[in-house]
Amino acid sequence: MARIDLVDLAHSYGGNDAPQETFALKPVTMTWRQGGAYALLGPSGCGKTTLLNVISGIITPSRGKILFDGADITPLSTQKRNIAQVFQFPVIYDTMTVGQNLAFPLKNRGVPKTEIDKRVAEIGRLLDLEPYLNRKATRLTADAKQKISLGRGLVRSDVAAVLFDEPLTVIDPELKWQLRSKLKALHRELDLTMIYVTHDQTEALTFADTVVVMHDGRVVQSGTPAELFDKPAHTFVGYFIGSPGMNILPAEVRGREARIDGHVIALNRAYDKLPAGAKIEIGVRPEFVEVVAPAPGLLTAKIERIDDLGRIRFARVRVGDAKLAARAPNGFTSSDGTAGLKFDPSHIHVYADSLLVEGAA
Amino acid sequence: MDKTVNQKAWFLVLPVFLVVAFSAVLPLMTVVNYSMQDTFGNNQFFWNGVGWFKELLDPSTDLGGRFLASLGRNLFFSLVILAIEVPLGIVVALSMPRQGWTVAACLVILALPLLIPWNVVGTIWQIFGRPDIGLLGYVLNHIGLDYNYVSNDIDAWVTVIVMDVWHWTSLVALLCYAGLKSIPEAYYQAAQIDGASRWAVFKAIQLPKMNRVLLIAVLLRFMDSFMIYTEPFVVTGGGPGNSTTFVSIELVKIALGQFDLGKAAALSLVYNLIILIVCWIFYTVMTNAGTERKHQEGAA
Repeated sequence: MARIDLVDLAHSYGGNDAPQETFALKPVTMTWRQGGAYALLGPSGCGKTTLLNVISGIITPSRGKILFDGADITPLSTQKRNIAQVFQFPVIYDTMTVGQNLAFPLKNRGVPKTEIDKRVAEIGRLLDLEPYLNRKATRLTADAKQKISLGRGLVRSDVAAVLFDEPLTVIDPELKWQLRSKLKALHRELDLTMIYVTHDQTEALTFADTVVVMHDGRVVQSGTPAELFDKPAHTFVGYFIGSPGMNILPAEVRGREARIDGHVIALNRAYDKLPAGAKIEIGVRPEFVEVVAPAPGLLTAKIERIDDLGRIRFARVRVGDAKLAARAPNGFTSSDGTAGLKFDPSHIHVYADSLLVEGAA
Repeated sequence: MDKTVNQKAWFLVLPVFLVVAFSAVLPLMTVVNYSMQDTFGNNQFFWNGVGWFKELLDPSTDLGGRFLASLGRNLFFSLVILAIEVPLGIVVALSMPRQGWTVAACLVILALPLLIPWNVVGTIWQIFGRPDIGLLGYVLNHIGLDYNYVSNDIDAWVTVIVMDVWHWTSLVALLCYAGLKSIPEAYYQAAQIDGASRWAVFKAIQLPKMNRVLLIAVLLRFMDSFMIYTEPFVVTGGGPGNSTTFVSIELVKIALGQFDLGKAAALSLVYNLIILIVCWIFYTVMTNAGTERKHQEGAA
């Protein structure tokens, strides 16, 4: 168990001399708290698996350091690091029983037999694998096999962290829920640091108390699900998280107002020191934009369609070239296909070159 | 539904029947026919019933003695070369590179001995081992080892075994390499995470994943070595004395050397039967292993 610090860590598959834009993992400095449940969220190819493999030692980073409780473990091999990792596809040792599979990581480290038996029994109980402990592991279903893989990750009580690399990809949706709740429960019970890689925001938001969003090799934001939702630090976080994602509109921002097509939208905060020459955008979540009947003083939009999600309806609208989603209140209809947009000023964010700008109160 | 009567299919099947009849059934029946008779040449045959077969299995007779002795030598030879080639092939496969241009180089070098005709292999080693002009034989004698495969039983055996190992270890190595290449990278990564030593990785991952190809390798090498003829015949001619006379060499001696067609026919039938039985055992074991695997995948 340990705190994990990444210090100016970066990795390039093309070597350290390659231009930094090509790095699979761009320099990152961050801390993973002991006992935290983290999700590493991002689209395919954003570098999340690279980061995970760097932490576990499968990949040696081309730059930077990894500290476990302050001790530099960057040069140590995977075997010597106190880390457990569960892979996308179940890895089972064919010739062994389920119990022997679970015992394997402990046996390799010379843990006394009585201790092994105790741990295997405990993990077997936690993962509902008890009835299978003496059976050959090869004859089980995919989800049982993945449970064994999880079990091998959890069986060591001394690990600094357990890393999960999209472990539920091969599992049926129904079982996915069960296994995820199981993981969550295990996290509470075992007090382990867990880092869970996924490209599925539901999975990330339900599992983790801290979500780390990655984009194009960079960590763009790390925070609680609520923070990611309320205050995305990067336009990418805005539209990647949430369904539908955040509306991002190019705008001119001056003081307490933003201008779109000459139309003025009031802001809650003052933005006087925006970097010159930067691309300025405003972002607002569809939940905080409402379509109403067109009225003077409101931005006019063309309605393309209305998606009924059951509990809530979202109108897909168009302002000039920009597409937006907005909440459509019950009973809203439009006679001529146009609507006025009502923004909630407290939930409008301003972005300069995709990065959040804090306004003055 | 009525079946249409159509006899035309016979024309399609008949050629196969004929080819099989002339290439397999008729020759085999001829051998069965010979095995029941004795001949003193001049195309005169005398009925002998199962006499030859009785003699074959009785070590006190000349025929039985020779057959059982050569069978024993042959089995010993097969066991020795399997005991060397299988572990050696695994070691070679494990130490081969996984990627880069060296892979192609290794594969070509390994494949070379497999591509050399058997009697050429025999000739190579026959010359290589000669004490007067062969590099191996000359060097060994020069450094004080009294090596002569023509006069010394053990030297002859060592030569024949080393030759077979040289010729065929590549086959085992290539099969194992194919088996190793099919193991997903995640297994090795998981083993690293689990803190497995090199030996534990071999035992827990590599060996179990190779067991199918290993079974095939053992089958191929056993069959081939059990039927071996050309290479030892070229090198030692079965000598010195009878020390490297394997079953096939004995068979040729009886059939073509002494022209004892009856005895040779009986011997070849028994020889054939042994090979068939061993083949069947291997086949059963292999398909059982296969269905077991399918079972597991079906359940998964």
